[in-house]
Amino acid sequence: MAENSEIKSSDYAIECKEITKTFGTVVANDHVDLSVKYGEILALLGENGSGKTTLMNMLSGIYHPDSGSINVLGKHAVINSPADSIALGIGMIHQHFKLVEAFSALDNIIAGTPGKLKKRSALREDISAISEKLGLNVDLNKKIYNMSVSEKQTVEILKVLYRGAKILILDEPTAVLTPQETEKLFDMLRIMRSEGCAIIIITHKLNEVMAISDRVTILRKGQSVETVLTAETNEKKLTELMVGKPVSLSIERPEPIDPKPLLNVYHLSVDKPDGTVALEDVTFDIYSGEILGVAGVAGSGQKELCETIAGLNGIRSGAVLYNKENIIGKTAKEIIELGISMSFVPEDRLGMGLASSMGMTGNMMLKSYSKSKGPFIDKKPARELAERLIKELDIKTPSTEIPVRMLSGGNVQKVLLGREIESAPSLLITAYPVRGLDINSSYTIYGLLNEQKKKGVAVLFIGEDLDVLLELSDKIMVLCHGRVTGIVDAKTVTKEQLGLMMTGSTAEEVLGNG
Amino acid sequence: MDMFINFLVAAVLAGASLLYGTVGEIINQKSGHLNLGVEGMMAIGACAGFMAGYRFDSLVIAIIAAFLSGAAAALIYAVLTVTFMADQNVTGLTLTIFGCGLSNFIGEYNITRSETGNLKLPEHIMSQLRNIHIPVLSDIPVVGKLFFSYNIFIYLGAIIAIIVYIYLFKTKTGLNLRTIGENPAAADAVGIHVVRSKYINLLIGGGICGIGGAYCSMIVCGGVWMSDSVNGMGWISVALVIFAAWSPLKAIGGSLVFGAFSVLKYYMPKSVITLPNAFYDMLPFVITALILVITSVRKNKGRMQPASCGVNYFREER
Repeated sequence: MAENSEIKSSDYAIECKEITKTFGTVVANDHVDLSVKYGEILALLGENGSGKTTLMNMLSGIYHPDSGSINVLGKHAVINSPADSIALGIGMIHQHFKLVEAFSALDNIIAGTPGKLKKRSALREDISAISEKLGLNVDLNKKIYNMSVSEKQTVEILKVLYRGAKILILDEPTAVLTPQETEKLFDMLRIMRSEGCAIIIITHKLNEVMAISDRVTILRKGQSVETVLTAETNEKKLTELMVGKPVSLSIERPEPIDPKPLLNVYHLSVDKPDGTVALEDVTFDIYSGEILGVAGVAGSGQKELCETIAGLNGIRSGAVLYNKENIIGKTAKEIIELGISMSFVPEDRLGMGLASSMGMTGNMMLKSYSKSKGPFIDKKPARELAERLIKELDIKTPSTEIPVRMLSGGNVQKVLLGREIESAPSLLITAYPVRGLDINSSYTIYGLLNEQKKKGVAVLFIGEDLDVLLELSDKIMVLCHGRVTGIVDAKTVTKEQLGLMMTGSTAEEVLGNG
Repeated sequence: MDMFINFLVAAVLAGASLLYGTVGEIINQKSGHLNLGVEGMMAIGACAGFMAGYRFDSLVIAIIAAFLSGAAAALIYAVLTVTFMADQNVTGLTLTIFGCGLSNFIGEYNITRSETGNLKLPEHIMSQLRNIHIPVLSDIPVVGKLFFSYNIFIYLGAIIAIIVYIYLFKTKTGLNLRTIGENPAAADAVGIHVVRSKYINLLIGGGICGIGGAYCSMIVCGGVWMSDSVNGMGWISVALVIFAAWSPLKAIGGSLVFGAFSVLKYYMPKSVITLPNAFYDMLPFVITALILVITSVRKNKGRMQPASCGVNYFREER
C-alpha cells in the first residue's frame, strides 16, 4: 500500500485536524490528527483512556470538539448531532450496543430513518439485499433479547448500512466475540472495504490490528503519536508506540507448588432470578497454588458462579465443598471468614465490591467493620491499611478520604483487589480484574495474582482476553450457556480450540479432532 | 337483563375518566417518563374545563381549555425532568399535590365571588353534555343503549385511544418514540430528536389527562363545581397502564373493568349477597395491587414497562 503515502487530501473520506476535547480539567483529546480514505481499514490503537472513543464520539455527533476541524470528503463538516453525522454517511457501531432489547431486529434497523413507514415486506427486501451482499444471515423478526452478542452486532452493522453509511466506525467490536466470530466479522469488513467503504476499527488487540488493518493510528494519552502502514510495522513496535516505552509482553507462569484440592464443586446447578438456567451440572476442582482460568462468552454463567461460591446466590442442586466442608447455605460473612475472597469487576467497573462515593478508608472498613468492638467505628486500622495499599500497589490518589469513583479505573481495581488480597484468603475469586486497564496496570495485577499463587492461594480467574488466560492460567475451564464444555491444560490448548468450546463443542470433540 | 345493561352502561360512564388518564400516562411512559402527576394534571384539567365552560358556555372551548391546561401542567413536569433532569417520581408527586391544590383553590375562590354560593354550568353547555341521540342507531334495542347512548366525552375518549394506538404502534413517529422510551441513547445515536420528542409527547399525554379531568368535573359531578372531583382516578390510571400492558386499546377494556368495579355496589342484587359498601370501594385498589404482583412475577419481556422509563437521559454522560 505504498500509494497511501501520496494522496490528495480530498481523497480522504474523513480528515480530522487538531481535534481537542476536554471534560472539565481532563484533556481527552489533545490536537489529534486522523485520516481515512475510502476502501481502506484504519486501526485506531491505544490503551484505555487514551481518547479513542472520545474521538470517535465526536465523529458520530455524541460530543462536540472544543477546537479543531473535521473534513468529510475534503469539505469542512460541522457535526452537531448524530443526525448530522448520519447525513454525512458516517455510521458508528458502539462498544455497548445501542439497541432496544424489546424490539425485533427490523424495528431496530428502521427506527429513526426519515420518510414514511414502508410496508414490512418492502423493508425486509431492502435489508435482505444488504445482508446478502455481505453474506449475513439475520432473522429480522427475532427480538434482540433472544440474540447472541454476535447477532446483536450484526444488527448494529445492518442498522448503519441501511442508513447508507459509507464510513464505518467500530468501537472495540471484538471485545465480546469468540475467535471464530471475530474471523467472520473481519471477513465482512474485508468485503465492505472492497465495496469501497472507509472503515475505522478501534482496538487495543495488536494481533487484530495486524490481521485486518491497512494503516494504524496510535493514540497515547489523548495525543496522536504516529500513523504507520501496517505492512511496515510489527506488534512490538506498535506496543512501544502505544505505551511510550518498551515493554515485555510475556506473562510469568510459575509452577504450582504442592497443589492440593481446596474447593470441589459437584454437579452445581443454579437458576437466575427470572427462572432461566444460569449454571447446569457444573463440576470442577480448584487446587491450592494454582490459577484456574474461566473462559466463556459474556453471560455464560461466570457471574453466577462467583456469586454462588461467595454465598450470594441460592442453588437448585449440587454442592460446593471447601476443605471438604459444604459451604452451600452459609452466609456471605461466614464464607469470608473461612478464607474465600471475591473481587468481581462488572462492566461499569464500580457496580460491585466498592462503595463509589466513599473513600478508601470507608471501603476498607466494608470488610472489617464487624471486627471493631463497641458501638462506635474505629477508623484507624482501616486508614492504616489504606495507606499501606497506596504504598505497596502504587495507587494514585490524593488522599485516603477521596471518593473512589474519582480515581481512574486502574486505581479503583487495585483498591478492590488489594483489599481482597489483604484479608489473606486461601481462595481468591477474581472476575475481569484487568477490565479496561492499560497494559502497565494489567501487568501489575497479573503480578499480584502470581504472588498470591506462590503463597499457595488458589485463584479462580475469570477473564475476557483469551491470550491472557492462556498465558496466566494453569488450567482453563470453558463455560457455554452455564455448562462446562471442558477443563483443559492452558499450556497445550490453542485459542481456536477455546473458541470452539466457548460456542458449545466439548473438549473431547475439539481436542480429539486436533 | 335490564339491570345488567344498566350496570354495563354505568361501568362505561365510571371508567371514562380512567381511560383518558391511562392513555395519557401510556404516552408519557412510552417516552420514558414515569409521570406520577396524572392526578394533578387531571385536577388542573377539571378546573380549567369547568371554568371555561362556566364562563363561555361552550363545550368546545371547555375541552380545548382542559387539554391546554393539562398540557401546561405537563410542561412544568417536562421542563423539570427533561431539561433539568430532576427526579421523575418526586416531580410527579409534587405535580399532583400542586395540581389538586390549585384546582380546589380556584374553585373555592370562584364560589366566594358567585352570588348563589355555588357554581353551576349554564343551560346551553348542559344540553351539549347530555347523552347524544343518534337517529336509528340509538333506537335499536339493547345495542342502541349499550353503544349509542352516551355523552360526547365517551366517544371522544374511545377515538383518542384508537388514534393513540395507531400513532404508537403503526407510525414511524410512534416507533421513534418507543425507541426513546426503551433506550434513549440508541434513539439519539440514530438521529432521533430525543428532547424535542419527549417534550411533545409529554404535553400531548398531559393534555389527554386534562380532558379526563374535565369529564370528572363536568359530567360526573352533574354540572355543579365540587372540590376534589378527580378523586383518585389519576392514581388508578397509573396502575391501569400496567394492567393494559402499555396498549391504548387494552386500556379501553381495562377502564371498563375498573369502572365496573367502582359501580358494582349499586347493581349487586341485595337478594344474592350483602356486603358492606366499604368492601366494594376497596375492590379497585385490591385488584390494582393484585395486578402489580402478577405482572411483576410474570415478566414477559415483550410486554413490560419501557426499559428506560423513570431514567432521565443526558447525552454526554460518561
